[in-house]
Amino acid sequence: MSAAEALLRVEDLHVEFPSEDGVVHAVDGITYQVHAGRTLGIVGESGSGKTVSSLTTLGLTRRQGARISGRILFEGKDLLTLPEEGLRAIRGNDIAMIFQDPLSSLHPFYKVGRQLMEAVRAHRDVSKAQARERAIELLGLVGMPDPPRRVDQYPHEFSGGMRQRVMIAMALANEPKLLIADEPTTALDVTVQAQILGLMERLQRELGMAIVIITHDLGVVAEMADDIAVMYAGRIVETASAARVFAAPEHPYTWGLLRSIPRLDRPRDEDLVPIPGTPPSLINPPSGCHFHPRCPYAEPEHSRIDPALEPIPEYPSHHVACLLDGARRRELWAQLRDGGTPDEALAAVGPPEGSS
Amino acid sequence: MIRYIIRRLLLGIVLLLVVCLVTFILFRVLPTGNPAVLRAGRDPQPKLIKEIEVVLGLNKSLPAQFWDYLKEVVLHFNFGYSYYSQEAVRSLISERLSATLSLTVGAAVLWIVAGLSVGIISALRRHSLLDRTVMGASLVMISAPEFWLGLVFLYLFASDIGQFKILPGAGSYVGLTHDPWKWFTSLIMPWVVLASGSAAVYARLMRSSLSEVMREDYIRTARAKGLRDRAVVGHGVRAAINPIFTLFGLEVGVLLGGAILVETVFNIPGIGRASYQAIQSSDFPVIQGTVLLASMFIIIANILVDIAYAYLDPRVRYS
Repeated sequence: MSAAEALLRVEDLHVEFPSEDGVVHAVDGITYQVHAGRTLGIVGESGSGKTVSSLTTLGLTRRQGARISGRILFEGKDLLTLPEEGLRAIRGNDIAMIFQDPLSSLHPFYKVGRQLMEAVRAHRDVSKAQARERAIELLGLVGMPDPPRRVDQYPHEFSGGMRQRVMIAMALANEPKLLIADEPTTALDVTVQAQILGLMERLQRELGMAIVIITHDLGVVAEMADDIAVMYAGRIVETASAARVFAAPEHPYTWGLLRSIPRLDRPRDEDLVPIPGTPPSLINPPSGCHFHPRCPYAEPEHSRIDPALEPIPEYPSHHVACLLDGARRRELWAQLRDGGTPDEALAAVGPPEGSS
Repeated sequence: MIRYIIRRLLLGIVLLLVVCLVTFILFRVLPTGNPAVLRAGRDPQPKLIKEIEVVLGLNKSLPAQFWDYLKEVVLHFNFGYSYYSQEAVRSLISERLSATLSLTVGAAVLWIVAGLSVGIISALRRHSLLDRTVMGASLVMISAPEFWLGLVFLYLFASDIGQFKILPGAGSYVGLTHDPWKWFTSLIMPWVVLASGSAAVYARLMRSSLSEVMREDYIRTARAKGLRDRAVVGHGVRAAINPIFTLFGLEVGVLLGGAILVETVFNIPGIGRASYQAIQSSDFPVIQGTVLLASMFIIIANILVDIAYAYLDPRVRYS
């Protein structure tokens, strides 16, 4: 995974919004990369900065008065310094985005066909007839039955799943190299979720695009992602391959996420363990490790020291921002993986070295 | 859809009957002065007043009077005769219709174009100096009554009494067919005065509606597609215009009410001024005729707005 071949490389991105109550640190220094044809899953709670970082990639936070620093390199070009017209040429063309709620994301008064044609004609000099043909072709591509008829219908005449298919068709209009999917299945029924994820995987294979999928749902990333970045309070706290995150997670927040969802390979009567507390304020984030107020394993000095995202010695592609000792982390996870609660795990592992 | 329109039209006719009845009762029950006394001259003999009452049909009972009136209106489209000039109300109105239409249609065009464009510009430059200035000005426009605004305009710009003698003043109206240029210049001030209130309401509504819409998800989608700013704003305006459009029918009523004042201030020989004079002289048939005509306009405007709404918002289907 060398930096040179990354399609998208985000470096030390900060996004802040001045507000009446103070500065909101929505994204607080994140670094990640996406390689051509691969899928990155960005996981985190609401308000962890995952959507803001993606909107910033497309320059969509610019006019909201955001203060942005860092670099977002797409094919070597820094999108943050690109003038608006240059960004516009990339939006919907090289990088496309789909959103959580397909009904509110489609214009209610324009026919679906018109909205698709606009996406085509924003970047290609084609006639209306050609664009319409392409719109019908795109609807077919995303598995819409009877595209020639559906193209003349309004969004409210489609079901939720079909609307998201329309959004995907719109995103694919110009065969982007990168598709950013922000909670693409959250507003959909479970059965439809699987269809949409399956569709995205199929299209990725056929078109060879990279995908960034943003979600709070670990089930979705388990299905889709090659790599995972876990975000908390505007930062990435852990990043590794998907297999690695599920098999050997290193950050207590990731453990919390994993233990808070039901799993088929665990006993049916096992209780889910929610993460205690609420997501922190992004105006006055906690001192030290941002997760320490909610972390069952936090030690006193963790409220003073700010952990950096660093590779694990034994597994250099796996990065984690945690102040706990590596060996201790592994012991704790071993307890949790076998069904222990955080308290039981702490009791079994014992107090940290150096404490009395 | 057809059934809906028919139902609305029938309902409109019922409404017109009600309007007819209410104005009839209102002007006859209220002590506005007996028209027979007004017409009988100075120090009239009671006998003369009685005679005039018989001629005008005022001696009959109120229901009988109303029935006679309604019969004439429905069967012969005859609105009666002015107590004052004996002129048929129908011809009195039709003679003055072109002046009033010139005034109101022009004002409506100005009101919509100015209101919407000011609203759009304000919404896109929220909290800028320009936004604050025009929104402040619009508040003044909404608050200022037409007759006052009309006098201010005459004082400032009229060629006879104005400080800056640039526009023809009161009483300069001529018909469109007579002299189009004079027609146009004589109506500039009345148009502006009559349109100002509604334009200001529209500007403020458009501003709030569009600022709200510009935060919608589908605007974000439009940007994410890589549409140019103009096209993105187009998406916004298309959605923002709907709630404002429904108000059009109501504003037509405001406009017609304003026409009475503006025609009086600028001395335009239209229906508005005629009804103002009719009210002063208790000329019931003329009052009734103009009120009926105005109601008809408002009802038709509202039906048209509702029908057009079905085309503007594809989610609306009447049944």
